[in-house]
Amino acid sequence: MKKRRVKKTYAEINEKIRQGRVVVVTAEEMIDIVERHGEVEAARRVDVVTTGTFSPMCSSGAFINFGHTSPRIKAHRVWLNDVPAYAGLAAVDCYIGATEVIEGDPLNSVYPGEFNYGGGHVIEDLVAGNVIRLRAEGYGTDCYPARRFEKNITIHDLRDAFLFNPRNAYQNYSCAVNMSDKTIYTYMGMLRPRMGNANYATSGQLSPLFNDPYYRTIGVGTRIFLGGGEGFVAWPGTQHNPHVPRGPNGVPKSGAGTIAVIGDLKKMSPRWLVGASIQGYGVSLFVGIGVPIPILDEEMARFTAVKDEDIFTQVYDYSVDYPKGMVKSLGEVSYKELRSGEITIMGKKVPTAPLSSYYKAREIAYILKDWIEEGKFFLGEPQMRLPSGRGENND
Amino acid sequence: MEELMAKKIVIHYAAENVDQPIIYELVKKHDLVVNILKARILPRRDGVIVLELSGSKENFDQGIRYLKEKGLRVEPLSKSVSQNTERCVHCGACTAFCPTQALSIDRETMKVSFNVEKCNGCEVCVTACPVRAMEVNLF
Ligand code: SF4
Ligand code: SF4
Repeated sequence: MKKRRVKKTYAEINEKIRQGRVVVVTAEEMIDIVERHGEVEAARRVDVVTTGTFSPMCSSGAFINFGHTSPRIKAHRVWLNDVPAYAGLAAVDCYIGATEVIEGDPLNSVYPGEFNYGGGHVIEDLVAGNVIRLRAEGYGTDCYPARRFEKNITIHDLRDAFLFNPRNAYQNYSCAVNMSDKTIYTYMGMLRPRMGNANYATSGQLSPLFNDPYYRTIGVGTRIFLGGGEGFVAWPGTQHNPHVPRGPNGVPKSGAGTIAVIGDLKKMSPRWLVGASIQGYGVSLFVGIGVPIPILDEEMARFTAVKDEDIFTQVYDYSVDYPKGMVKSLGEVSYKELRSGEITIMGKKVPTAPLSSYYKAREIAYILKDWIEEGKFFLGEPQMRLPSGRGENND
Repeated sequence: MEELMAKKIVIHYAAENVDQPIIYELVKKHDLVVNILKARILPRRDGVIVLELSGSKENFDQGIRYLKEKGLRVEPLSKSVSQNTERCVHCGACTAFCPTQALSIDRETMKVSFNVEKCNGCEVCVTACPVRAMEVNLF
């Protein structure tokens, strides 16, 4: 390991936050600072770099406890605004998943389906404080005799509600095209025939995990911006996989790390949790996430200065290859090209469209910066790092 | 060959026009096929009606002239598509499917804006926008 010239601890940075002396910049601003002053000087000057992402994240949902009823019920099946919630938990606990569709939805029988309402919308309605119809059925036990329970509730009536998303903030995501002769509707949006458009996700240089490619500072217990409130990284996300090809800057060239996140739904906002209807595919939830990255040393300064032109992803065909489960890359493109509005694949110029909001990602990075500067938000030191594939001592 | 066309239009009614048999006239006198998409007459008896008119170009133009002569306000439907800027999350997904580039991304701010002048009223964005930020405002 190379000797580091700058070394800071979480405790030191948190002390600076407490004293109002902390220096915070966004991941976009950091690019310039490192270019101008070099990574060592940048690491001396900057304490925290804020990141952001705002995208439909299907692997999301909320645990809800609606409080005991009188007479008591062991809720065997639960619906929120007619969207089924998973009730295979204790008596009045349930989990509402973002992609669960409202009962009676025509789905894709009228193709492409509109998917106007589902779990993602229930979560948005909850955080907006809107009235939700709660319906539960029980089978009746000696201790929980009730068989039915129905009530209009708002989030304030719930005993507990917390967001728990098993996989969010994917570190990199493929770019989707359609090689077939007809329009297709995918979770990557509408894709016109014969590579009529290329859709991509992630906020590139602003995206949390691109700014800490080996998860040196992101792990269980990292405090984050989640849905407009405060949350934590709870665990490596499902499908977390650090072992993918990476560029010389350490940045994965295809989907790699993920995080599972948790936070109090009651403190979140409908500005940062927005129900999504993805035509022909289903419902989902736009989730806003921001991760603060402590600049512990010059390597972290270098990592957080990563820019769109040095982040690459693969282009996949979503008409045949992807559904078959046999993906092969049609080409590699940078986020700079993707964000310019046009890429070239196999000699053809193809217009691009994002699915994830760079605009909102930037807003999140600024909000998080404000929170830290105002001394309202402190860094959480990870208690366990995400597996990084870079050896035991991930420094 | 005669040029055929179909166009969606919005007719704004005032209370004094309500009694006129305009649909009948469009069909009978102007030989147009009329498909009523939406209609609402408000309590004060003014209101809005959305039609798809199809027929020859000549008949179509005459039909529109007839409506205007009757003192009705007639507009192409495209004028009524709008972006709910409170709701829009600026994801940019719509820029893939809008055929006219009426929806576009400012590459500096990465904000998505809607240019009503370029919009042809196809309404693709209305069901394709994931947060339902594109609205057809009829009433
Ligand atoms: S798809 Fe909808 S939310 Fe996304 S930018 Fe377009 S109008 Fe806004
Ligand atoms: S109605 Fe059609 S042309 Fe107008 S903004 Fe929507 S997609 Fe574009």
